[in-house]
Amino acid sequence: MAILEVRGIKKSFGDTNVLKGIDFSLEKGEVLAIIGSSGSGKTTLLRCLNFLEFADEGTIAVNDEVLYDGAAEKVAKKKLKHNDGMLRKKRLHFGLVFQNFNLFPHKSVIDNLMLAPVLQAKSELSFIERWRFEKSRAYAAIREKALATLSRVGLAEKKNNYPCELSGGQQQRVAIARALVMNPDILCFDEPTSALDPELTGEVLKVIRELKDTDTTMIVVTHEMEFASDVADKVIYMADGVIEEAGTPEEVFRHPKSEKTKAFLSSRKTAAGGKDE
Amino acid sequence: MSFLDVTLYLLNGFKLTCLLFALTLVFALPLGLLISFCTMSRIKPLSILFKIIVWIVRGIPLMLQIFIIYYVPGFLNNNIFAKVDLYFLLNYQVQDMGRFIAVVIAFSINYACYFSEIYRGGIQSIPNGQYEACAVLGMTKGQTFSHVILPQVVKRIVPPMSNEIITLVKDTALARVILVTELIMKAERLMASALVWPLFYTGVFYLIFVGVLTLLFGFIEKKMSYYKV
Repeated sequence: MAILEVRGIKKSFGDTNVLKGIDFSLEKGEVLAIIGSSGSGKTTLLRCLNFLEFADEGTIAVNDEVLYDGAAEKVAKKKLKHNDGMLRKKRLHFGLVFQNFNLFPHKSVIDNLMLAPVLQAKSELSFIERWRFEKSRAYAAIREKALATLSRVGLAEKKNNYPCELSGGQQQRVAIARALVMNPDILCFDEPTSALDPELTGEVLKVIRELKDTDTTMIVVTHEMEFASDVADKVIYMADGVIEEAGTPEEVFRHPKSEKTKAFLSSRKTAAGGKDE
Repeated sequence: MSFLDVTLYLLNGFKLTCLLFALTLVFALPLGLLISFCTMSRIKPLSILFKIIVWIVRGIPLMLQIFIIYYVPGFLNNNIFAKVDLYFLLNYQVQDMGRFIAVVIAFSINYACYFSEIYRGGIQSIPNGQYEACAVLGMTKGQTFSHVILPQVVKRIVPPMSNEIITLVKDTALARVILVTELIMKAERLMASALVWPLFYTGVFYLIFVGVLTLLFGFIEKKMSYYKV
């Protein structure tokens, strides 16, 4: 049974058709890498999955539950975005790690991780219980889980530091931990290493590799071809808002069928070759 | 009158200056935030209405606004502030209560409008990514604002706010246009008995007040420098 089913996602901004019908599905524990040149719609697709944008058409289903149905939204003329509570619940199926981290700069690392779970737990409590929440067992459990997740990304000793005191790679690992704490069904990465210095990308990619070993379902938008072919179970090459080529890394990287894919991959290779010299 | 006598006499007026200052802040700081929400509202009529209000309030001299708040109800043959004056005089032997209330209202509205623009600048300077990070973590709009946006806004607006608040200290002197006996008004009364120097002496009071505020704002800025953006 597929954990994620995406059918016919279309999205346009004004006259620009960014996504022209995207279909794919993902099994539990699989890693999907989405590659493609800038402007091909990779990020928009990820944002549609997280409901930061709303697709014009198409359906998104997680665990056979339809979370979003563009056609029904249109007919009902009641966009999902207007129903805040429902939207928040649906968003929690997905986690998103941003290109530029978006950590909360005024919160320490551990508080970055704990903020959302604590608020979520508190919102189910009565007014009086909220005051005493920090002494409750539920709070201790959240803290313990946050600490465990933090050591999973190897940053347990940085728990009381502020994001500004960390390197880019460490910040991105905190961001990954922050997304993990919410127990998403599917963890999405939007070019997680693009804002990092080359020497810092390794530690972030290592964390993602380790997540794969623990059966985390992931979608990674990336420019790191080597990483994609190494870690991904499926690769999608996107161009101009459509899936140009999809398959296993072996199929896409070694034996691409489409001319566009071939051109893209060879341009990547020369770019990488140029860097080495 | 000796120096001490004059100082005590002026301190009496300074008390009112401080009270006016404090009450204005108490009302204007939250009101300003509310107004900034309205001007940024997606409901067009609301945002336009409040933009016009801010334009009017910032565009008219504060002195004129004090006159308007105090006298316009009088033109309507229903001078509420005069009634309050009388009520407090008869029951509590407090003079000029109505005038004082009128001045507090005028100052609060005026400063709320200035503050609202500072809040707006602060709120709009927070990158969109912060909102998106909160959204994907399942936080409500209210939680996002109070736990993530506002704390960061406060840090950013301390310098412009301190500027505005220091201006408020000196603007309190305008209250005397409707005969609220604040510091300078007291000194002017002494001039009637041919004592001119106390008028200049009032400057020392303002200087000390602003000095204390400057230290306070410096302290707050230091307190909030535990993180950088």
